[in-house]
Amino acid sequence: MSTAAVSQIDEVKSTPWSGGRSPFNVEYGKMMMWFFLLSDAFTFSSLLISYGALRFSAAAWPSAALVFQSVPGLIEHGAPLVFVGLMTFILIMSSVTMVLAVEAGHRNSRKEVVGWMIATVIGGFMFLGCQALEWNHLHSEGFWWSSIPNPEVLKEFFVGQHASAVAQAASAHQFANLFFTITGFHGFHVFTGVVINIIITINVLAGTYERRGSYLMIEKVGLYWHFVDLVWVFVFTFFYLV
Amino acid sequence: MSQQSTEVHVEHSEEHESMTRKKIWNVFFILLGITCVEFFIALYVVPHYPKFHPFVNPIYIVLTLFKAFFIVAYFMHLKFETMSLIFAIIVPILFIIGLILVLTNESHHWIDLRSLGL
Repeated sequence: MSTAAVSQIDEVKSTPWSGGRSPFNVEYGKMMMWFFLLSDAFTFSSLLISYGALRFSAAAWPSAALVFQSVPGLIEHGAPLVFVGLMTFILIMSSVTMVLAVEAGHRNSRKEVVGWMIATVIGGFMFLGCQALEWNHLHSEGFWWSSIPNPEVLKEFFVGQHASAVAQAASAHQFANLFFTITGFHGFHVFTGVVINIIITINVLAGTYERRGSYLMIEKVGLYWHFVDLVWVFVFTFFYLV
Repeated sequence: MSQQSTEVHVEHSEEHESMTRKKIWNVFFILLGITCVEFFIALYVVPHYPKFHPFVNPIYIVLTLFKAFFIVAYFMHLKFETMSLIFAIIVPILFIIGLILVLTNESHHWIDLRSLGL
């Protein structure tokens, strides 16, 4: 046998899963961010699916159009979805500024990255401010964890539904707990996202990524920020629309 | 080490071609458009056309999944990753679908329990 004819077993394989390289073709931190987000998606879906199951089996449910019909500080009644529409717009907008920061990072343009990151941070703070107003509004009506408005106020949220006062109180309790837990958990994600974005912006200003030669870190925090936006899309649909 | 950083750089230039500023704004307007359609249904169709009530929630859910697709595929860039990473992220979603099926079934059972007065 000549050495030129290598048997099939001895041939060096070069497929993605043969070792010696990353089969996913992404940097380690970015891959791990993806897997973290997957686990976070499980957490959020558990919360949202249990919300769905409780709501589906409830005899009545506080009507979203009646609970969320004010714009804090401006309109007290009759403006369903307006305020949450603004919140949704702010979050989608800050997602866009985040992708623009990633895109500027690809061009290694430090100035633009800083600008878009600051815009994203401002968007995050605006969203958190709106959420604080929303919580404050619901709290002033009497909703809080395991706390509901008195029966007189409560029945206004059940107009058009036939349910006893007991059934109304039971599902209002479920609504209050689920609403504050789920939007609170999401708001906590937004808050940590803003903190991470601020840290990364400081790093960009300090020139950390310029020295490193790549703005990949912007992409990783960007993934987290988009995930927060993604979760809000679902929270918005299942709490405010359905 | 230097080899690694050049690899990262090459990867970057490829991604740059896949997601331009124009595309970013296109996706933004798609997301905004879908949200506006949802508002139109909630604020106009629901109060004026009671006939459509049974279809409204499925439509919301489909539109939401569309939005989720655009965010994950374009903003999170998953569409342009390798096929194996895409599958690694998408396939586990089956567990979420499983939980939806299980708990939907369970909530039917809760309704039965309640009607029995238990």
